[in-house]
Amino acid sequence: MFLYVLKRLAEMIPVLLLVVIATFFLAHAVPGGPFDKERPLPPEVKLRLEVYYGLDQPLVIQLKNYIKNLLQGDLGPSLKYPGWTVNEIIGSRIPVSATLGTVSIILAVLIGIPVGVLASSYPNSSLDRVPMGFALLGICLPAFVLGPILSLVFSKTLGWFPPCGWGSPIHLVLPALTLGLITAAPLARLTRGELLEVGQLDYIRTAKAKGISPFRVRFIHVLRNGILPVVTYLGPATAALVSGTFVVESLFDVPGLGRLFVTAIINRDITLILGTTLIYALALLVLNLIADLVKAALDPRLLRKNP
Amino acid sequence: MSELALDTAAPATLWQRFTRKSLPLLALGFLVILATVCFLSPWISPYDYKSQNLLLGPTSPSAEHWFGTDLLGRDLLSRVLQGGLISITVGLIATLVALFVGVIYGIVAAELGGRFEDLSMRVIDIISTLPLTLIVVLCTVVFGQNIWLIFLAVGGVSWLTMARIICTKTRQLKSRQFVDASVALGQSRFGIILHHYLPNLAGTIAVYATLTIPNVLMLEAFVSFLGLGVKAPMTSWGLLIKEGTDVMEQCPWLLIIPATTFALSLLSLSYLGDGLRDAFDPRSNKN
Repeated sequence: MFLYVLKRLAEMIPVLLLVVIATFFLAHAVPGGPFDKERPLPPEVKLRLEVYYGLDQPLVIQLKNYIKNLLQGDLGPSLKYPGWTVNEIIGSRIPVSATLGTVSIILAVLIGIPVGVLASSYPNSSLDRVPMGFALLGICLPAFVLGPILSLVFSKTLGWFPPCGWGSPIHLVLPALTLGLITAAPLARLTRGELLEVGQLDYIRTAKAKGISPFRVRFIHVLRNGILPVVTYLGPATAALVSGTFVVESLFDVPGLGRLFVTAIINRDITLILGTTLIYALALLVLNLIADLVKAALDPRLLRKNP
Repeated sequence: MSELALDTAAPATLWQRFTRKSLPLLALGFLVILATVCFLSPWISPYDYKSQNLLLGPTSPSAEHWFGTDLLGRDLLSRVLQGGLISITVGLIATLVALFVGVIYGIVAAELGGRFEDLSMRVIDIISTLPLTLIVVLCTVVFGQNIWLIFLAVGGVSWLTMARIICTKTRQLKSRQFVDASVALGQSRFGIILHHYLPNLAGTIAVYATLTIPNVLMLEAFVSFLGLGVKAPMTSWGLLIKEGTDVMEQCPWLLIIPATTFALSLLSLSYLGDGLRDAFDPRSNKN
């Protein structure tokens, strides 16, 4: 088990390195640079800036320097916010996106999985049809429609929550609800589908025939096996939420990583693009590992097959 | 046992199995009608989608303007149809690109097998580690707001799942006896792909195509939300919905009508995908 985790962690290093290299060349391939403004800088000034940040050197040398600094945990200076390092900027945004993302995914799991279990327990009844109808609707509504609607109802009309901003738990409600509901919808559908499929397998029939209580069959036999694909789905879904979501952060004016990332791309702030991409990739890899470990805990055979 | 004995009737065709349920059929009908109307809109829409009527301004739905007018007095019905024309085209073309790349990549990876397959799947893993936003936004920034290149960019990031699924399915097919028999009879690799793999993969491809279109539509809407999508006065459903959310309190119909059209289309595609899956996989019909 411990060895397995070590092996998986070691595998992340080359992947992260490849991500850095790919993003580096992608970011440099974009026409226009971080110092291009509406009024062009005098060429001498621009040259000085480029020399200062090392942007005048060949790309391969720049990449080498970047990776050398990265290995020491230094993501470099921001090209667009002078005097700030990428570490500082990202460091100030991570807690925001991580908090919002964690609350949202907990909300999504607490809504999505019970709804899916309920629907699969009474297939084709109204307990199945009505929640699944809502789930389907949730899948078809983009975040930038659901967000404003929630804001209109709960903030403008009822006045329960502030429409935007950040700082106190009450600011978290509407953005977390938007993200949570949008993630809960596919989760509920997936859970229902998987549980129905597992429910038809032979060993479930055997379990029922043996006289095990329906409650126990449903929760111990069906849920434990049927939930595995749901856990797989949750890995990347959580990574996407905790590393920031542009739409919801813009709608509710949350100072998170998602907005930072899109602004960085539009500003051609190359070091900031690389830094945020790296954070996302790291979150994705770590959460996929956690998802695999949870699956292994649910079904120990998975670990035995590929140690 | 009795099932085996009684099942002597000719097996139902794909179409018969598809039409057994009404909802997927209804969804298909809705999509066909909507797409036809949208594609004919340059000739049949009541007003020009971009001609402004500033004196009129925003009006709620009425007899002259069934869906009302927007802030600049443009007829919303005509704009929804024009937006649909763009969004449906983006959806179809990007999905075709994704299918084309994904299917070829998946089949080739599985057919060559071994190390090559491992390597190909690793490449997909690494590409999926890159944030989708980065790729889409970079593409739109590089290519400018050229709508045709947006199709390609969106398609270019949507093929990964398809390739993975096709690879797994092809690997399963590869070990089937009829493929072994075909190899033994001297069928070429290309022949096997053409005569055995593709027909057997058709169901999977069809199902995932209907499921990819909604993703592409969502992605297009997201790009429009960023302001990197189609340029005004041209419009798309994503852009109309975004404009609608800005004025949802004063003119709710500007949000409700495009958002409903969008949601209904996605809903129909989803039902169509479910229906196709049931039709291709008769086993799942029984529950």
